[in-house]
Amino acid sequence: NPKPSIRFQEEERGRSPATIPAVPRTTPSRSNALTATSLSTLTWCRHDDLKEMLDSNKDSLKLEAMKRIVAMIARGKNASDLFPAVVKNVACKNIEVKKLVYVYLVRYAEEQQDLALLSISTFQRGLKDPNQLIRASALRVLSSIRVPIIVPIMMLAIKEAASDMSPYVRKTAAHAIPKLYSLDSDQKDQLIEVIEKLLADKTTLVAGSVVMAFEEVCPERIDLIHKNYRKLCNLLIDVEEWGQVVIINMLTRYARTQFLSPNQNAEAASLAKRKPYVMDPDHRLLLRNTKPLLQSRNAAVVMAVAQLYFHLAPKAEVGVIAKALVRLLRSHSEVQYVVLQNVATMSIKRRGMFEPYLKSFYIRSTDPTQIKILKLEVLTNLANETNISTILREFQTYIRSMDKDFVAATIQAIGRCATNIGKVRDTCLNGLVQLLSNRDELVVAESVVVIKKLLQMQPAQHSEIIKHMAKLTDNIQVPMARASILWLIGEYCEHVPKIAPDVLRKMAKSFTNEEDIVKLQVINLAAKLYLTNSKQSKLLTQYVLNLAKYDQNYDIRDRARFIRQLIVPTEKSGALNKYAKKLFLAQKPAPILESSFKDRDHFQLGSLSHLLNAKAVGYQELPDWPDEAPDPSVRNVEVRGTPRREKRKEKVEKPFYSDSEGESGPTESADSGESHHGGASSRGHHGGVWGRAGMWWEIGSSSSSGTSSSSSEEEDEEEEEEGSGEQSEEKEGEEEEEKRKKRKEKGGLRKCPLCSSRGLPRPLSPMGWAWWPMLSCGPWQLLSPAFGAVRTYELLHRMAGEGLSVEYCFSRRPFPGDPHMVAVQIQISNNTDAEVKSLRVSEPKLLAGMRIQEFPEIESLAPGDTASVVMGIDFCDSTQAANFQLCTHTRHFYVSIQPPVGELMAPVFMSENEFRKEQGKLTGMSEITEKLTLPEKCRSDHAIVQQVTSAANVGRVPCGADNEYRFAAKTVTSGSLVLITLEWREGAAAQLTVNSEKMVIGTMLVKDIIQALAQ
Amino acid sequence: MIHSLFLINCSGDIFLEKHWKSVVSQSVCDYFFEAQEKAVDVENVPPVISTPHHYLISIYRDKIFFVSVIQTEVPPLFVIEFLHRVADTFQDYFGECSETAIKDNVVIVYELLEEMLDNGFPLATESNILKELIKPPTILRSVVNSITGSSNVGDTLPTGQLSNIPWRRAGVKYTNNEAYFDVIEEIDAIIDKSGSTVFAEIQGVIDSCIKLSGMPDLSLSFMNPRLLDDVSFHPCIRFKRWESERVLSFIPPDGNFRLISYRVSSQNLVAIPVYVKHLISFKENSSSGRFDVTIGPKQNMGKTVEGVVMTVHMPKAVLNMNLTATQGSYTFDPVTKVLTWDVGKITPQKLPNLKGIVNLQSGAPKPEENPSLNIQFKIQQLAISGLKVNRLDMYGEKYKPFKGVKYITKAGKFQVRT
Repeated sequence: NPKPSIRFQEEERGRSPATIPAVPRTTPSRSNALTATSLSTLTWCRHDDLKEMLDSNKDSLKLEAMKRIVAMIARGKNASDLFPAVVKNVACKNIEVKKLVYVYLVRYAEEQQDLALLSISTFQRGLKDPNQLIRASALRVLSSIRVPIIVPIMMLAIKEAASDMSPYVRKTAAHAIPKLYSLDSDQKDQLIEVIEKLLADKTTLVAGSVVMAFEEVCPERIDLIHKNYRKLCNLLIDVEEWGQVVIINMLTRYARTQFLSPNQNAEAASLAKRKPYVMDPDHRLLLRNTKPLLQSRNAAVVMAVAQLYFHLAPKAEVGVIAKALVRLLRSHSEVQYVVLQNVATMSIKRRGMFEPYLKSFYIRSTDPTQIKILKLEVLTNLANETNISTILREFQTYIRSMDKDFVAATIQAIGRCATNIGKVRDTCLNGLVQLLSNRDELVVAESVVVIKKLLQMQPAQHSEIIKHMAKLTDNIQVPMARASILWLIGEYCEHVPKIAPDVLRKMAKSFTNEEDIVKLQVINLAAKLYLTNSKQSKLLTQYVLNLAKYDQNYDIRDRARFIRQLIVPTEKSGALNKYAKKLFLAQKPAPILESSFKDRDHFQLGSLSHLLNAKAVGYQELPDWPDEAPDPSVRNVEVRGTPRREKRKEKVEKPFYSDSEGESGPTESADSGESHHGGASSRGHHGGVWGRAGMWWEIGSSSSSGTSSSSSEEEDEEEEEEGSGEQSEEKEGEEEEEKRKKRKEKGGLRKCPLCSSRGLPRPLSPMGWAWWPMLSCGPWQLLSPAFGAVRTYELLHRMAGEGLSVEYCFSRRPFPGDPHMVAVQIQISNNTDAEVKSLRVSEPKLLAGMRIQEFPEIESLAPGDTASVVMGIDFCDSTQAANFQLCTHTRHFYVSIQPPVGELMAPVFMSENEFRKEQGKLTGMSEITEKLTLPEKCRSDHAIVQQVTSAANVGRVPCGADNEYRFAAKTVTSGSLVLITLEWREGAAAQLTVNSEKMVIGTMLVKDIIQALAQ
Repeated sequence: MIHSLFLINCSGDIFLEKHWKSVVSQSVCDYFFEAQEKAVDVENVPPVISTPHHYLISIYRDKIFFVSVIQTEVPPLFVIEFLHRVADTFQDYFGECSETAIKDNVVIVYELLEEMLDNGFPLATESNILKELIKPPTILRSVVNSITGSSNVGDTLPTGQLSNIPWRRAGVKYTNNEAYFDVIEEIDAIIDKSGSTVFAEIQGVIDSCIKLSGMPDLSLSFMNPRLLDDVSFHPCIRFKRWESERVLSFIPPDGNFRLISYRVSSQNLVAIPVYVKHLISFKENSSSGRFDVTIGPKQNMGKTVEGVVMTVHMPKAVLNMNLTATQGSYTFDPVTKVLTWDVGKITPQKLPNLKGIVNLQSGAPKPEENPSLNIQFKIQQLAISGLKVNRLDMYGEKYKPFKGVKYITKAGKFQVRT
């Protein structure tokens, strides 16, 4: 019958926790152990039915069983005997059961290695699953099973996952690296290869995790960071909080090895005949990119940035961290505790930084004692000549606190202030002497100790105090205080010649009942008196020494023997006897009262080691600055089509995201006037993003003249990583040339921007739209569009689009196929790491009458690629937005396009006479006139024409009069004429008239044009 | 990084343990108990304890100690912040972070802890992501689950994990789209004996409750953003936009969250809405003392001060107190020596007063220090700094949300020294 034996084992197992050694405090753990033992018989029965439930084929029963098992694990009970029953369910379909099985497996696999191997194949299968969550969790569990036999399998799995398509799986791979390393450190070299690969990853998701792996596996391989340094700096703000902490700490160390100290002493520099210090731009980059994180809600991030600034920033800049650190003092008390420790260290080195926040360190009676004491430390460090009086007043309040430990610390603090600031020494001393009459013995004792230290600095003036203290020996019981008094009297016995022997007499009487430290001081006092006043104290000294000779404590016996030999001249006593007086009554230097936080900053701040003031396991020393900077070029990365971002950053501080549009360079505009005549002579001038896209209608005439201005200066910082979307042309010349070349290399795709992405069918050929203008000709000939600056609008922000960013512009080109539609050019950039598939428009929600001609579905868009497509929208001559969904294979984004009124029309060509005639028909209600003043820069023909044509898609009508400008267009849907007249009168005054039967359009157009002109 | 976690209640029972690496024996907690005994007070247990083989980093929240076991160097704040995040998550999931709530939901707790850390390194701590992975328990759902056998665990990767806005879950839909902002300001002050202000400062937070469908992009602007001196942001806020325009622009998480917390620049004088007149004295050589406190309104911008509560930690020698309150009620706990006076609303016509005799232990020396008075109060519809929200704009979605802003001023750490 196997059952009894199983039960026996069970009991054994149940009891085993009780036999764990090293249990200094027993109650709780022992009681736990006891309950475990007494329950073990019971649990055995329950285990039986759990096994049954696990074997059943109902998921609900299995789930119930797993829940109970997990509850057991959570309570710390042993459930290892269920291993075979549980592991069978590793491939269960129910996801919750599966997860709980994983929990169990990870907990017990180490104990049951052989059985655990049964589950491995399931995970190996899971690693190939199309669902990224399943791939990731398979890797997570596989790497968490601490069974050395599967190390090669893990290694393989990690390598594979490191090049997975999904960044989430790659992140999991990064997490698995330290797990494998802790299981088998021989794999280090291979793991470093994987780390190196993952370090190059561009996604924020992976960055934090891989740096964590780096720190655990190979923190010494600083060379792996070089190439990724700038990328890490730039990604930092988007990395999740925990990753930020790890990266910042690592970069602090990195910077200490690679850059020169920004706080070089000028003299030392000149001595060494170095060049004047110039901060490495990469050093600056790090400081600049971490600064915003001081505003993080996560205390650990704030602390990490604070320590970075403390260790790396020039003195003048460190101050910014004080405000953020003070803010953390409002947080949980544990956070306060850690922050105050760090502030205490910092405030010694850089006192000025925290001075403005002095009052934030004032102590409340409700603060926990440990916080009070730390705040006191900071206050003491901050004390200087100017603020000492306020601080002392504050201290006076503290001294009356009910919290005696705190009072004792305050007294110490007063002592420190008194030693550091000579001006207040007497005030402090008097204050402390007053405390000697305090009722609380602890307070008195502490005061005595502190006074002793203070008196040592200038004993002569203070014999009164010494006398006062001598009297205290009758009452005060605290050993440390008694010892201090005795030492004082002995040391300065000349100042109190009458009292000293008397004190010794009293102490001799009570000698046997004193504490050891007091006894030592009694002996000390006796010796000193013997030397100075042997007449009165010879016998007493003998007596004390005799008592000490038979003391129980050998230190005291030794001391007595030693002193007797020294001071009492006998025949045997050696040469030392002569010097006894010099030995005992030598001038002793005053103690320096200093903070226990002094020099703690050799530990990296914010670290565990700093907090404990001892090197913790795995602590990486913060290296000293190098004398010579290592080669900075190691951080250069070959530019691969992406413009170096630092360069541009230096120039212009960009807004958080780009809502600005391409601005037109003033030089350019030469001509919208001209472009009326020949469609092909496009002197287009397009903002960066659309630069390439613009080419499609230029049909080969590569006229993007060198000066095309850059809109990308203002592009979103984040988007820069994908730089390809926004080549900026800042300079002419080489740089420009180079870029153009690159652009060409980047693929022929761009030559046909309409279908720039792979597999895109060409929706239109030049032929396709060539016929269009003729169709709608009417009495006036439609012109090719006037080209001012093309404004781009954001359709889907990269943040909202989960990496997909979409912008659009009104290309002002007739929409092929339907003359009543406005052509909208859409530029889609895939900033994710995965391919985006089947991009299309769906479910348009339109007002009555509006129509959408969707762009052809983009089958796939590779990461980093950009596609531009054209869609047509018939807005029905209204500025109502067209709403629709932009769909990918996984997601739907609700987007909307709202046209500015100026885009709802197309330019027409007419003569001045025709214009007058038509204008004559559109008077009264259809005429809207508005006066305006032209700003300085808008007072040239050229500027006016340009502003008007940028605001609205209109064509200029030749005009005889000098100061009159006429423009004509017709609305796209209904073909109604829109006539614009601008009369420029003397000075800045002007009058704008718009004639159109569409009054709403007329009014809005007036507004828009005035606004454009006023800019 | 974080090796193991133990949850310990006030009576010293370890009621939950979780290990992310190999198992660490419960006996490691004995070092913690030792420190706890030494500290006397729960507040004074050092957050970081060094033991021969491990380091223990702990926090104390809602009567539970979260003790984590660390083996190697790690920034202590990292762990502390994470543990608080764990406690916040429990609070969020179960409505309270208590021993019973955790024990009742032990499986969910375990699943949560499993997701939050991988090998001791934080994996998913955003509540929106966690809620997609593990659904919070509701009565309805547990009934449905037990019938249909469906589970609380999601089987696809939460979209937030991959996106740049991990705090927002995808596919949010509401019938009523609402956005509420509570501007809550707290006055921290120390008032000295004579009634003058030693230290005063305004700390504020904006807590939001956003229930908006889709992917709204909000921007919130203030009439007087210059007031905000030091601000900490929820990660959703676009920092550059704030730097350049002083506008809070963000795609909000779904549900409740803290948008910003701020400190009002110290140049501004802080209006102190109440004053306290006090007379507390203990007579030498007699076992009694006098206690007389009056609270009155001051600089309250015409708003009523309400919810006034005064708590006083009386000296140990106090045995009992015989007081009469003209308004509200008071209690004195002779064990903890805490006097609590619940005043309620202050009406300027009749100032609330608490007055009477303090009985001291006979023979004990007279307490040297008068206790300090801790005051709590609330003022509705007022941000004491004068901060005002200008407008809230929404982009990216079509519907018209319902918007609301509420202001409230409270006493933070408001202490009157006597």
